[in-house]
Amino acid sequence: MTQRTELTATQIAAGVRSGSLKAADVLDRHLARIADRESEIHAFNLVLVDQARAGAAAIDDAVAAGHEVGPLAGVPVALKDNMCTRGIPTTCSSKILEGWRPPYDATVVTRLAAAGAIVIGKTNLDEFAMGSSTENSAFGPTLNPHDTTRVAGGSSGGSAAAVAAGFAPTSLGSDTGGSIRQPAALCGVVGVKPTYGYVSRYGLVAFASSLDQIGPFTNTVEDAALMLDVIGGHDAMDSTSIPDPQPSLREAIRHGVDGLRVGRITDLPSGADPDVVARLEAAFDALRDAGAEIVDVQVPAFGYGLTAYYLIAPAEASSNLARYDGVRYGMRVDSPDTNAMYGATRAAGFGEEVQRRIMLGTYALSAGYYDAYYGKALKVRRMIADDFDRAYQQADVLITPTAPSVAFHVGDKGDDPLAMYLCDVYTIPTNLAGHPGMSVPFGTGESNLPVGIQVLAGTLNEPTMFRAAAALERAVS
Amino acid sequence: MSNRITREDVVHVARLARLDLSPEAIERTTAQLAGMLEHFEDIDALQLDDVQPMTQPYPLRNVFREDVVRVGLDRDEVLAAAPSAEDGRFRVPPILGLDS
Repeated sequence: MTQRTELTATQIAAGVRSGSLKAADVLDRHLARIADRESEIHAFNLVLVDQARAGAAAIDDAVAAGHEVGPLAGVPVALKDNMCTRGIPTTCSSKILEGWRPPYDATVVTRLAAAGAIVIGKTNLDEFAMGSSTENSAFGPTLNPHDTTRVAGGSSGGSAAAVAAGFAPTSLGSDTGGSIRQPAALCGVVGVKPTYGYVSRYGLVAFASSLDQIGPFTNTVEDAALMLDVIGGHDAMDSTSIPDPQPSLREAIRHGVDGLRVGRITDLPSGADPDVVARLEAAFDALRDAGAEIVDVQVPAFGYGLTAYYLIAPAEASSNLARYDGVRYGMRVDSPDTNAMYGATRAAGFGEEVQRRIMLGTYALSAGYYDAYYGKALKVRRMIADDFDRAYQQADVLITPTAPSVAFHVGDKGDDPLAMYLCDVYTIPTNLAGHPGMSVPFGTGESNLPVGIQVLAGTLNEPTMFRAAAALERAVS
Repeated sequence: MSNRITREDVVHVARLARLDLSPEAIERTTAQLAGMLEHFEDIDALQLDDVQPMTQPYPLRNVFREDVVRVGLDRDEVLAAAPSAEDGRFRVPPILGLDS
């Protein structure tokens, strides 16, 4: 079983700010849990013991001196290892970035520091965030804290497992096709993918730039709201960051769901396991009991999301990953000329799944195939977004399973890339549309393992999404 | 989109992608990409002629800022991360004359 932190991020920050808790003590409790279980779980690529201790001491000193400290004062946060931290290795769990120390911090890292959060470590991921199990890491898989014979999900598996194991009360992940929500579901924690552009991507190592979005993992919906209130907001360093004001999500969750229209997607792709479907039905019941109205909606193009995504995301990735050429950072395989160096470096530095996606993406963009593959996928993307927009005229939020099954065993989907891709069948369409989505733990399924329910909403409708998520959380706590 | 991907296609794409794939990797990739592309034929059933392509989710517009001097990244820190650097520049092997 998991060992949850006894305090939420909200409680830690309140305690540290008032002086009733010491940030150093909070940190030590989390470091003790890491010492106890990290060797069996492998959530981290790097634990920043000294830096975190110095940060916690500085917060305690500031409180003692009567200085104002931020809304995350003393809260340990684990960062997915694809977010740049100045002077601290950032690997994307790839051999190709071995030894790289970024010369700047990601905007989320700057904002966390300004809010008083303590970065406790960098977490494991599927290489360059490509995968759904965190088995595609150059440093070995992350295992599920609920059952270490099973995967943590992915690609942000390390960040999900860190929160589930009590190594940190919060963490950040990135979600391109489900990489926050799916591991959150499999590890039994809350995970949020905000609206595209809600959180700055500056300093997030790019996978598929029109889909990538940073978001939090937490144990409670309230903590997720706290985290997004800190890391969200416009950033001049990311030209796709949304300038619109973002209302406080902590404020939003004070409101119930009375009269809220919750949509059931009647043409949702089948394939979810019976134990997961049973929890979805229980979620509809819980929301109805809390005062919501359940309405039937259709999203006809939903089922085409997987195809559109696996043409668009690899296409964008093949372009983004062209920068790993052995010239400016990371590893190089010495060769007599530059072209030979590129080919040898990239073949030696990228893992199998990353190479597969670069190949797929390059093919989809190549002369003679662009219109048939990439161009067609972009049109399907528009259909999906339009279908969602119509559904959101009838419903305020939609709920679905987050993943088709509970956590699967390590190695179960190893030989079949398509089987792995199907893990994200319910999460992918939201990324294509750019809408927000989040996973909330909602009881257990097969083998007493966690099941996550996904709450979806329209562009910038995070406040309503959080209200529904909070209602689901109340129903099982 | 029904033309099945061939070994020659994969060799060509690997060259475009600057990936030195081994003969085994080329065989494996050909089979895997063929399987995926077959699966992706599901969208051929859709009527897409009048649909506008969507390249990204948020309405793009030009983003302007004041043209002010800012401190950039530290050159030595950036070069320190490179596999090879010399005299304030990235060092690379010859770029001409040896390419096969």
